[in-house]
Amino acid sequence: MRRSPVFLITVLCFGFAFFYIPILSMMVYSFNGSRLATVWGGFSTKWYVSLLSNKQVIAAALLSFKIAVVSATFATILGTMAGFALSRFRKFRGRTLFSGLVTAPLIMPEVITGISMLMFFILTANWIGWPGARGFSTITLAHITFSMVFVTTIVQARLGQADRAIEEAAMDLGSRPWQVLWDVTLPTAFTAILSGWLLAFTISLDDVVITSFTTGPGSTTLPLLIWSKVKLGVTPDINALATITVVVVGIGVALAGWVMHRAEKRRLADERMAFSSND
Amino acid sequence: MSVSRPFSIARWFHRRGWSDLIIGLPYGWLLLLFLLPFLIVLAMSVGSQAPTAPPVGFGGEYPWINPRGYQRLFTDDLYIRSFLISLMNAGLATLLCLGLGYPMALGLTRVAKSWRNILLMLVILPFWTSFLLRVYAWMGLMGKSSWFNQLLTDGWNLLVPVDWAVKSIPMMHSNFAVVLVMVYTYLPFMILPLYSSLERLDPTLDEAAMDLGSRPFRVFLDVTLPQSVPGIIAGGLLVFIPAAGELVIPTLVGDASTPMIGRVIADEFNSARDWPMASAVAVALLVLMVGPTMLYSRYQARAEEGPGK
Repeated sequence: MRRSPVFLITVLCFGFAFFYIPILSMMVYSFNGSRLATVWGGFSTKWYVSLLSNKQVIAAALLSFKIAVVSATFATILGTMAGFALSRFRKFRGRTLFSGLVTAPLIMPEVITGISMLMFFILTANWIGWPGARGFSTITLAHITFSMVFVTTIVQARLGQADRAIEEAAMDLGSRPWQVLWDVTLPTAFTAILSGWLLAFTISLDDVVITSFTTGPGSTTLPLLIWSKVKLGVTPDINALATITVVVVGIGVALAGWVMHRAEKRRLADERMAFSSND
Repeated sequence: MSVSRPFSIARWFHRRGWSDLIIGLPYGWLLLLFLLPFLIVLAMSVGSQAPTAPPVGFGGEYPWINPRGYQRLFTDDLYIRSFLISLMNAGLATLLCLGLGYPMALGLTRVAKSWRNILLMLVILPFWTSFLLRVYAWMGLMGKSSWFNQLLTDGWNLLVPVDWAVKSIPMMHSNFAVVLVMVYTYLPFMILPLYSSLERLDPTLDEAAMDLGSRPFRVFLDVTLPQSVPGIIAGGLLVFIPAAGELVIPTLVGDASTPMIGRVIADEFNSARDWPMASAVAVALLVLMVGPTMLYSRYQARAEEGPGK
């Protein structure tokens, strides 16, 4: 039998402490009464009050949310198309370039993506007068571009594993191709598409670097607001904001994990039933 | 069954022309909004700085191809130094991630199944929270008056002779801080590929080696470690590649006098308004990334195939 891995468990504990102590410390200090962000001055919820009554913060959060929903939705549509194309269409003209184009943004340093987008927008504004002002539209276009490839990667991997015999069986049984796509292929990839959307949403909500290059006057997203505050040093209301974020994300991830786990289980059960009723 | 396979869904889509739309839309999007902007950077890198808007001149009084940006890369101390600092910081962060992430990933494969999913979730969870806020969390901890810094200071003062005693440990705005925060933010990228390659190892191999009289550590060196090389390389590059081009971390916790390359690019572009120079540095960074990236895609494919191939 295996020996009890004392060393490994110790490192594991240390690792999780390393992961969570900074976050917990930040959460504790969000209830700090003192003005100095790092010195304890009694329990208080005043930073939450000041945060939630700050119109700038609310506006930035709403803008970030809007951009994230729109860009994640478009990124999911485009990314799923690309993933479907790469996993189902074996040969087409320019396939090599295409598969290069869906991997390159994954490894391109964000600074470079950022300046290339900004140069592009400035030059097109010079040549064809668009975009007149940078803001919501330019940020959203940039976010769609770099998050769609994450969706593609996930969907392509899922469709690559999927049993294509089921699609063929449906066709043999007389389903029209659109029906097969709608009833077999897309449900198979449903969890992948959903996690793709969630990933695209989170990436967009979180992005600082590319947003900072593609934004214009008056369009401040939440990360940009945090960025400009944090560059000046530690401020206590950011602790409160971080706490809210961590709690919301924690609940969201747990919920999404649960939903996907259930959907996946149901899909596997359906497949198994379909196969066993054949015997 | 599959005598003639009369229809494949792909063939139908081809015949009806739908495939053109399904391929064309994302393809066109990426050509227009990813490849074209990148080609612009490539063109700008041989442009000349000009007092116009946009601040670049081509043709006319300026040369069509101006190698000034690339020349300065090799002659100006700033660029060589910041490239070296980037490589060093990213390399150090990668090694530390490996040192901490490997035992963690191995430990995850050894805990009870029921715990494993929860622990894996806990590894991924910080990744879903804001990157910026995770950097910020360390800014709070490293500050001079924070409890963490004071705890380390007290420990230091206890261990060293009295005249070495300090009031606080200067952690912020140093390369140490940059590496530490990079390890913190990129550690999940190391743990996850390592975990998935270690999880697939056949435990009976370990047992066989043990039965044949190997000591546990030798079993690790001779059996486990060689089989996890693809995972190590995949995880290492997943940390190294983004770390080398990092902008946020060096700007917030780094030392402005020893900037990393990402910060140099942003400064050349924003403050100096020197598009050609920023582009030349960007192209050089990409050229440096090509090697590791090719390596990554090779080992990634191998890591997915599973161990021992």
